[in-house]
Amino acid sequence: MGCSRSAVVDRSEGEAFSVSFLKMALKFEVLGKFNRARAARLALPHFVCQTPLFMPVGTQGTIKGLTNNQLEEIGCQIILGNTYHLALRPGAELVDDLGGLHKFMNWKRALLTDSGGFQMVSLLHLADITEQGVTFQSPVDAKPMLLTPEESIQIQNKIGADIIMALDDVVKTTITGPRIEEAMYRTVRWIDRCIAAHKRPDEQNLFGIVQGGLDPVLRDICVRGLVDRNLPGYAIGGLSGGEDKDSFWRVVAQCTAALPEDKPRYVMGVGYPLDIVVCSALGADMYDCVYPTRTARFGTALIPEGLLKLKNRAMANDERPIDPTCLCMVCRNYTRAYLHCVVTKDPMGSQLVSYHNLSYMMRLSKDLHTSIVKGQFPEFVQGFLRVQFPKGDIPEWVCNAMEVAGIDISTCCAP
Amino acid sequence: MRFAVTRACGGGGGRARAGALYIGGSTTAPIETPSLLISTRKGLPNFVSRDHLAALPTPDSLLLHVSPLHFLDCPSSKTISNIGGLHQMLGLHEHFFVAAPRDSLESLPESDGTNKLGASFETPCGRRLIKPSAYVEKIASLKPNLWASIADEVPAWVSGKRNKTSIDRTLRWLDECLALDPAGGKTMLGVVVGGSNIEERKHCAIEVATRNVSGFWIGGFGLGENVEERPALLNAVTDNLPEEKARFISGLSLPEEVLQGVASGIDLFDSTYIYHLTLGGFALIFPFEILDHNNLDFQLDDTVGDRTKINLRATIYRKDISPIVANCSCFTCQNHTRAYINHLLNVHEMLAHILLEIHNTHHYLGFFRAMREAIKGGKFDLFRRTFVESRRIHLTSAVLCS
Repeated sequence: MGCSRSAVVDRSEGEAFSVSFLKMALKFEVLGKFNRARAARLALPHFVCQTPLFMPVGTQGTIKGLTNNQLEEIGCQIILGNTYHLALRPGAELVDDLGGLHKFMNWKRALLTDSGGFQMVSLLHLADITEQGVTFQSPVDAKPMLLTPEESIQIQNKIGADIIMALDDVVKTTITGPRIEEAMYRTVRWIDRCIAAHKRPDEQNLFGIVQGGLDPVLRDICVRGLVDRNLPGYAIGGLSGGEDKDSFWRVVAQCTAALPEDKPRYVMGVGYPLDIVVCSALGADMYDCVYPTRTARFGTALIPEGLLKLKNRAMANDERPIDPTCLCMVCRNYTRAYLHCVVTKDPMGSQLVSYHNLSYMMRLSKDLHTSIVKGQFPEFVQGFLRVQFPKGDIPEWVCNAMEVAGIDISTCCAP
Repeated sequence: MRFAVTRACGGGGGRARAGALYIGGSTTAPIETPSLLISTRKGLPNFVSRDHLAALPTPDSLLLHVSPLHFLDCPSSKTISNIGGLHQMLGLHEHFFVAAPRDSLESLPESDGTNKLGASFETPCGRRLIKPSAYVEKIASLKPNLWASIADEVPAWVSGKRNKTSIDRTLRWLDECLALDPAGGKTMLGVVVGGSNIEERKHCAIEVATRNVSGFWIGGFGLGENVEERPALLNAVTDNLPEEKARFISGLSLPEEVLQGVASGIDLFDSTYIYHLTLGGFALIFPFEILDHNNLDFQLDDTVGDRTKINLRATIYRKDISPIVANCSCFTCQNHTRAYINHLLNVHEMLAHILLEIHNTHHYLGFFRAMREAIKGGKFDLFRRTFVESRRIHLTSAVLCS
């Protein structure tokens, strides 16, 4: 392979590395715990956040249909921007020239950008991964192009988000075989290239991403390799791609147990409210997903009981708000009957349900944080599960995960 | 509902008048006219949510046009009534709704289908025949502040016979609506039609004026009539309507058309200008304080488009970090740049339209306010000439330079 360093960093060598990478642009302070779950204060350059938290995805520099003041109103702390999309339009140079993405969007709170790799692999034809980087066909003129770890970091430096993600070799969890091992080791090699390329460590926090598929041995090697680099934070990647829930939670549990206590842990691509509650119980802090806004555009609202399909004919005469317990602008002013008329038909329908769904996710984040701080986390989890599963038919994977998390949900389960 | 003329121009100002429309209770401030009716889709603006609507200048932005045809299929009249009507259903308790079936966008009079039983409209739910009784039932559940009767609006090119029929039907349906109205016409606007025939216009206006309605909705314009013929047709109507009742109109959208309408004595305008601008990615920039500084020095600047509006899709705005209009107090100009909106348009994000609709509404309301000031100051004719000339000179220069 021609590399002078071994793929797995030796402990003594690791220490030499870690001295030079103590620069961080965040402070992570745990305020409360229940077993593995923790509530924390995450101070970033642009905003002081409370975890656990959910990050809405603002792919192209906007959350679909909401204005900045509305996002602040509902309690949004960090927004995720997609590097691939932004580098295409309006372009990293332009964003840099205009003072960074915060200034461009006029978003005063925190931003996180992903590396661009995942989008490329999932969106583009003929995308391929080599040791150099991700090769792909430019969607603009079909020229062959290459995204290297160095370039991903360079672009993210220009965009200027509070948290930036290392370029990783991400493989779907549904794939088996030696490709997963190759991807894991490559991810660790690439992190060093990302670190070397990162020009703004005192303003932007580089998170490493743990890969390794569903193989505990590979995951463990990856965790140790990343932890040796003493990064400001860590993400658990490669999940939420169609794997079964039982495998999903076990990987999360393993990684959160192995990752350092004093650094934030971000599970990428999660997700459904139930998944967020389980992962938080297992010790994760940060989440992102397009789900709440995407499902809103199809007329589906998130409620404590689960999902409310507003297009359903039964909604046509339902005079209740989406969620009687929700205090958001939409639930205080509109009925299911009215929303039934506008969803999927008028832009306003999309806006209103997106607003509610994101409010729901912000409320969930806040409830997770507050209940842990107040020492009421088990009660919160029990309450959450009881409302979602009134018949007590809690899925087995949730029961297993809660057992590992040390949370007694026997009162919520059917006998 | 009460309307009072506060200043009539007379002389050079023609029939233009400033007025006050008292719609709310006795304690609410009146809506000053000439005024704009903000377009809605199912009662809400197309893109501007309630919080941003509330941030627009008041009381100007409290007047909303609503089409009962948007609610033909859902919710049911019963559900709307249970909820409490438009104000309750939309959470807009402070706003005033003026209901008329035609929205000049998607609910369009379809005169071929209209017959003795009802008026035909093309709607997003297909072609529908609206009978007066069904219409009044919908109105009763919606409870708008004001509502226009159902009418037979015909395009300018129909035969004289068809035109006469449209007047007969319109008057008959007006009487039916009045008879079915529990309020006895107190919140009703009688519709005046008559096509492109001056005599018929006069005749219809005289007839409608005898009915016990609270105001008038002038229909049939913006349906293919000759723009030069319009003033005479409008005057034929307004000259035969009582001074002290408000006159509403749809189909006059552009600033020049509004000025034309104001000059003929129209008070309130249902306009689709903002919607079309917004969808097209245009932002209004024309200065409307044109009487404050006599800016007759019309140089060609290098903005793409005319001095009325800018096309924010154009690449010259990619790096333009100025607001759409300097010193504009709208949310969009206070928070975002031309560059950002340019980007949003290029990536087809809804936020572009939200921001544009906010700004364009704010700006067009400012135009109406400037018009009112001009009328009150006795300078409406000068205002109108200056505005129209400024656009003509620019276009002339553009032609000469090319």
